[in-house]
Amino acid sequence: MTGTSPMTRTTARRFDPFDFLARYGTLIALLLLILFNLVFTRNFATIQTLNVNLTQVCTIVIVAVGMTLVIATGGIDLSVGSLMAISGALAPMIFLGKIMPIGNIYLAVAAAMLVSIAVAGLFGLFNGWLISAFRIQPIVATLVLFIAGRGIAQVMTNGNLQTFRVPQFQFIGLGRVLGIPVQVILMLLIVLAAAWMLKRTVFGRQIIAIGGNERAAELSGIAVARVKLLVYAISGLCAGLAGLVVIAINSSSDANLVGLGMELDAIAAVAVGGTLLSGGKATIIGTLIGAMTIQLVRYTLLANGVPDAAALVVKAGIIILAVWIQQQGRAHA
Amino acid sequence: MTRTRWISLLGRYGVVVALLLLILFGWLRYDYFLGFFNISSVLRYNSMFALVALGMCFVIMTGGIDLSVGSTAALGSVVAALFSPQGTWIGLGAGVGAGLCVGLVNATLVTRLKIMPFIATLATMLAASGTALLLADNQSVSVSYDSGFTSIGQDNFFGFPIPAWIALAAYVAGWIILNFTSTGRGVLAVGGNEDATRMMGLPVGRIKFLVYLASGGLAGLAGVILASQFGAGQPIEGVGWELFAIAAVVVGGTLLTGGVGSVGATLAGVLLLGILFNVLNFENGKGWISLSAYWQSVIRGLFLLIVVVLQAKLAARGDAAVRDH
Repeated sequence: MTGTSPMTRTTARRFDPFDFLARYGTLIALLLLILFNLVFTRNFATIQTLNVNLTQVCTIVIVAVGMTLVIATGGIDLSVGSLMAISGALAPMIFLGKIMPIGNIYLAVAAAMLVSIAVAGLFGLFNGWLISAFRIQPIVATLVLFIAGRGIAQVMTNGNLQTFRVPQFQFIGLGRVLGIPVQVILMLLIVLAAAWMLKRTVFGRQIIAIGGNERAAELSGIAVARVKLLVYAISGLCAGLAGLVVIAINSSSDANLVGLGMELDAIAAVAVGGTLLSGGKATIIGTLIGAMTIQLVRYTLLANGVPDAAALVVKAGIIILAVWIQQQGRAHA
Repeated sequence: MTRTRWISLLGRYGVVVALLLLILFGWLRYDYFLGFFNISSVLRYNSMFALVALGMCFVIMTGGIDLSVGSTAALGSVVAALFSPQGTWIGLGAGVGAGLCVGLVNATLVTRLKIMPFIATLATMLAASGTALLLADNQSVSVSYDSGFTSIGQDNFFGFPIPAWIALAAYVAGWIILNFTSTGRGVLAVGGNEDATRMMGLPVGRIKFLVYLASGGLAGLAGVILASQFGAGQPIEGVGWELFAIAAVVVGGTLLTGGVGSVGATLAGVLLLGILFNVLNFENGKGWISLSAYWQSVIRGLFLLIVVVLQAKLAARGDAAVRDH
């Protein structure tokens, strides 16, 4: 065996442009975009630009982290946008005292946050239950709540817009700590926690193992059903939190609009970030970079006078290009 | 008859039985349920979804998925509206042509670049939507009322709405293609086992290419009907159509893993979901209960839930029954 090792080492070291691009392409694209903007976009290198982009990308990243875990097991979660609408509809009903009056505003806000995120988590658990107990395909199982979930939020609020001005609650969308928006801090904490979990914990390795080969994972003693339940519950929790951030930023909650189309934005971020959509390989940091790249492309186009509709077409091209390059990289590897 | 056979029959015809029961319920309970006006308005409206679901059914039978159908229909409606002053047929052709273009892109991405259908069609969904908004300048485009274009969506032919005839013709063609042509049998073979099909020498790439092309064309046709029926090309219509179509296909018993499927059951699935809406409207009209429009999606979701859980149970029992024998 030792005789072959120099050979393999040289082949491994030979530069393969596709492999390199597949690994770092999205990061390079992000850096090139920043460079382009520094040269061509007015007032790009300002704290305000940074804040605008970060606050817009936050909710997508928070949802996409949960989505990355789901996709890593070989699944998909179409219900995230609807779950955002549910938590976004429920929270104001609690802190505005529509369900039951709570005297202390801090207590009311805490209850609103905990209950609405927990409810979203329970719906996620329901997704996981359908998928693991009945062996229903994830895309069909989560389609149920995609359709019914927004309806539930609309029924709860009777389709009405809920407006509010509650600084204690809106801290998560409008507040700042040391000049950094609170939702950016939330996003970074979630990204770091998930990245650590995926790389360094048994649970994280089990997620990857299931996505790589579910049957083998089951035979090697992993409690596949339990891991899947948890993964979909986590995705629900992330969606619930993102729903709260969105309504906090808007000072209002519209069950018809909160989280609309979020499932596709999140999946796009995950795919561009380099996570394999068939499962078994996942990167949380990649998802963060993927989401920021898509956001910055849109910002760059808008800032340079390209209409939003054209930006959609460009976004489509970028998704295809990123996925294609990653595929070439794998084929060459 | 053995238990296995019962289970497989129930799995296959359950949706038709459910549809008949729902129609029976409506007929007994509401005065005008089977009246001419109600039947023709249900058929007129649901024919668009039926066309989209037919394309989706073929794509899903090959083991793929097409998320772009909703925005393709929107694009088709805008293009058809823009060309409608030139005449009915030109408007029709332009709308279908726009749909075929999107289908061509999907087919190329999936078969040539080997990009997963979910991602490829997600991207074209965004691109088609962006193109529709650009062409329409972010607003709805009124169709020409002088050229006769609106008769496609609004007129009747032998007492039935023209869109319903179009959908019926498409389903008959789809049924013949699936059951009596080598391409149709190939569709099921590809979905059942792509590698084995390739080794048998069937043109896997060509078959997949054709189903995505057809799905795009049918979505474009649905867009033409949309524009013609409502008098305007609507770039923001079609949101969520793809998931409605998937739901109809699933309710019809077509497996999302591919290899199994029925054109007729898909039509029954579309009608079942559509008539469910209709029954709710009648029930509201009776005044016993008052369900807001928002309940409809909750009930649809519940309905989908019941169907998929039943299907999963039937599949599990079918497997067990096969093992027992």
